[in-house]
Amino acid sequence: MTRHDNSRDNRHDNNSDKLTSPQESLQIYRAMQRGLSRRDAMKLLGAAGVLAMGMGGVPGLSPAFAAGGEATPQRGGRIRVAAHSSSTKDSLDPALGATAIDYCRAFMFYNGLTQFDPDLRPQPCLAESFETTDSGSRWVFVLRQGVTFHDGKALTPQDVIYSIMRHKDPAVGSKVLSMVEQIDSIRALDQRRVEFNLSSPNIELPSILAVSHLVIVADGTQDFSKGNGTGAFRCQEFSPGVRSVGVRNENYWRSGYPYLDAIELVGISDESSRVNALLSGDVQMINNLGGNAAERVKQSQSAVLKATNSGNYTDLVMRFDQQPTSRPAFREAMKYLFDREQIKRVALRGYGEIANDQPIPPGTPYYFDGLPQREYDPERAASLLQKAGVAGATVPIVASPAANYSEDMAVLLQQSAAAAGLKLNINRVPADGYWSNHWMKHPLGFGNINPRPTANILLSQFFLSSAAWNESGWKNPHFDQLVIAARGEPDEAKRKQMYADMQTLIHNEGGIGIPVFLSDTEGYDSRIGGMDRTVPLGSFMGYMFAEYVWWKG
Amino acid sequence: MRNTLFGLVAGRLGASLLTLFLVSLVIFAITSLLPGDTAQQILGQFATPEQVAALREQLGLNQPAILRYWHWLSGFVTGDLGQSASNGMAVAQLINDRLPNSLILAGITTIVSVPIAITMGVVAAMGRGGLIDRLLNLVTLSMVAVPEFLVATLAVLIFAVKLNWLPALSYVSTVDSLGDAMKIYAMPVLTLCCVLIAQMARMTRAALIDQLDSPYVEMAQLKGVPPIRRVMRHALPNAVGPIANAVALSLSYLLGGVIIVETIFNYPGIASLMVDAVSNRDLSLVQACAMLFCGTYLVLVMLADICAILSNPRLRNR
Repeated sequence: MTRHDNSRDNRHDNNSDKLTSPQESLQIYRAMQRGLSRRDAMKLLGAAGVLAMGMGGVPGLSPAFAAGGEATPQRGGRIRVAAHSSSTKDSLDPALGATAIDYCRAFMFYNGLTQFDPDLRPQPCLAESFETTDSGSRWVFVLRQGVTFHDGKALTPQDVIYSIMRHKDPAVGSKVLSMVEQIDSIRALDQRRVEFNLSSPNIELPSILAVSHLVIVADGTQDFSKGNGTGAFRCQEFSPGVRSVGVRNENYWRSGYPYLDAIELVGISDESSRVNALLSGDVQMINNLGGNAAERVKQSQSAVLKATNSGNYTDLVMRFDQQPTSRPAFREAMKYLFDREQIKRVALRGYGEIANDQPIPPGTPYYFDGLPQREYDPERAASLLQKAGVAGATVPIVASPAANYSEDMAVLLQQSAAAAGLKLNINRVPADGYWSNHWMKHPLGFGNINPRPTANILLSQFFLSSAAWNESGWKNPHFDQLVIAARGEPDEAKRKQMYADMQTLIHNEGGIGIPVFLSDTEGYDSRIGGMDRTVPLGSFMGYMFAEYVWWKG
Repeated sequence: MRNTLFGLVAGRLGASLLTLFLVSLVIFAITSLLPGDTAQQILGQFATPEQVAALREQLGLNQPAILRYWHWLSGFVTGDLGQSASNGMAVAQLINDRLPNSLILAGITTIVSVPIAITMGVVAAMGRGGLIDRLLNLVTLSMVAVPEFLVATLAVLIFAVKLNWLPALSYVSTVDSLGDAMKIYAMPVLTLCCVLIAQMARMTRAALIDQLDSPYVEMAQLKGVPPIRRVMRHALPNAVGPIANAVALSLSYLLGGVIIVETIFNYPGIASLMVDAVSNRDLSLVQACAMLFCGTYLVLVMLADICAILSNPRLRNR
């Protein structure tokens, strides 16, 4: 699920193609640490023969040895990180987080009850442990002791109750209102234990609580400009749209962390300025690089490129309630018209992964790999268009820079549609106001969906019949039942089967076409240590880089 | 003279107030025409209708447009610029944070560019048709023709990325010494100078040539006045009016028009504040910035006219 750029891998290990010694099997282990999926790692091993396994390398590695993949972390240093978007809209209120820089700040200054590990499993954070006492509708979180906020106040159950329940007030404007609606009530059982009661079972509650919006703030906070949290960095300065500075929290509850003395976060919206700043050493970490920018970083001596598939996708939205997209044969034809390889190569410059018209990315816990890949097939599409009665017709398609790469995709789609006898008229609209005025309002248009923390959240928000953002207006009662049932299904294997069924349904009948997953690209100064850790939720280590990286310079 | 000046200033101030009022009306109308409102922009792609409704209520967006305009106007007249809708900070505070940066950049650029431009213009006019004139003509024309984003990007590539002499970004916060300041301002000022010098030099040359062609200069020449004195003493004072106007126009650009330079060097000035404000539909901030730009422009043009009057003996002595 994570792909490091090859040249970078080569810099680390020059002979990854002949895996014969324990040292090299160590490299597989490291590759897996960096996020190579287990299946890919097994392929590598297969290529190397059984020898590496026989030498006892992989399973027997001690964690200390594995962690030695990079120089040991060192303390001290200050880095400047530039995100792609920053404006006066920036906020230290975690509920309002809208872009990468907001999420990074949330994880710098605050902590959640739980946090994601590199496999996207929720791990204890401010909650020392958590359990469900039935199968998912009643949860008890035990808070860590001795945690204090930056202003010295101790963490109490009241802080948790306030932090989560405030999202349910529409006036707060929380971005995750839909995720917390299922939480009926939260109460303190004693000084350390908090009980969550859900309206219906959800065994993924710990994952939901790991998102940046649901980090814990102090009870009663109205003014968020101080960034008063329990996080590894204290907010020293925050000016929206200009910069924010976090300095090491000496009282951080996780001993030994963070490594850095200070982090300055800035926004540089212009892509080439961002790359220039990295290459000239003015900033040490940047995100959101297009193909050309990524190549520049890749070729530089001083910086490293990293690409991660986090499941971000731009999809073709075909509305069920409008013509001609209401015709099943037309929708199916459009899916066959994606030349996915070409889209990946031309539009994404290779920084993506082929997708299969369903939203769960490979490598995540519930990805179903038994689904046959839909290939580019203009002849089949032509006969389907014939069947739909639209052969030779002209259909408008709306694209916008707001949905990443949608303009390129539309052009490529236009070419392949012409081969099948369909004329697509590309209607380009500006990014400004796209989401409120165009998204989901045209028969044929594009959407862009950012990674969601769990498969269930993704499917609930974008595919459930009743979902506000059910992009195509697809309604399938069987699918709806599966989404709800999967939330309360304690058996892992059964749950996996349910998710496989849901992916198959979307792939076959859904009104969206997902040609490719877009990789998150980022560049960083080669003197930053610890970047081998990947949390596939977004760039900057799933926005949680702050306490895990160190400065070697 | 006093009457002329006083009358001019008073008349101009009155007209300026009217202009500002009309501009605020137009800006308000245009901002209201933009697709999406503040609530939608704040909540983004994944807003629920209830949230949008709640936020609209909170921000007072449900009121009729005229009422909202009236609220803004009555606040503005009493000196209250209002609050930014997108982050709740006072507009005055936001402008206060950014305006000094813009003024410093504009000031340095003015100090560097105006003397160079006027000298170039005068030299070119004096040697009209000669080698120097043609050379300067070529230089200024190519400077006008090259867009500033290209100049800026090339400068960054050469001086920051390749040679590593200067920082690629201009962070005011990192300035500790004069040397630092010079490093930070070198490239933005260079970029802006490229555009401004060319414009001002060409205007200066044209204005001066206009005067040099007039009969009284010919008369001076026939009397045997040496060329330098002819230009400096006779022609230039009469050309100050148009030159001052050209300078004023160029300088007004330095406040609100430098968005490209601010973007490329990530310089936190007032132009990017306004762009943010427009994309967030942050009405009070948009209005405040627009008033600021418009006001500056009017003041500069007025100053240019006063300059013209003071420098012109005929107007001065009337």
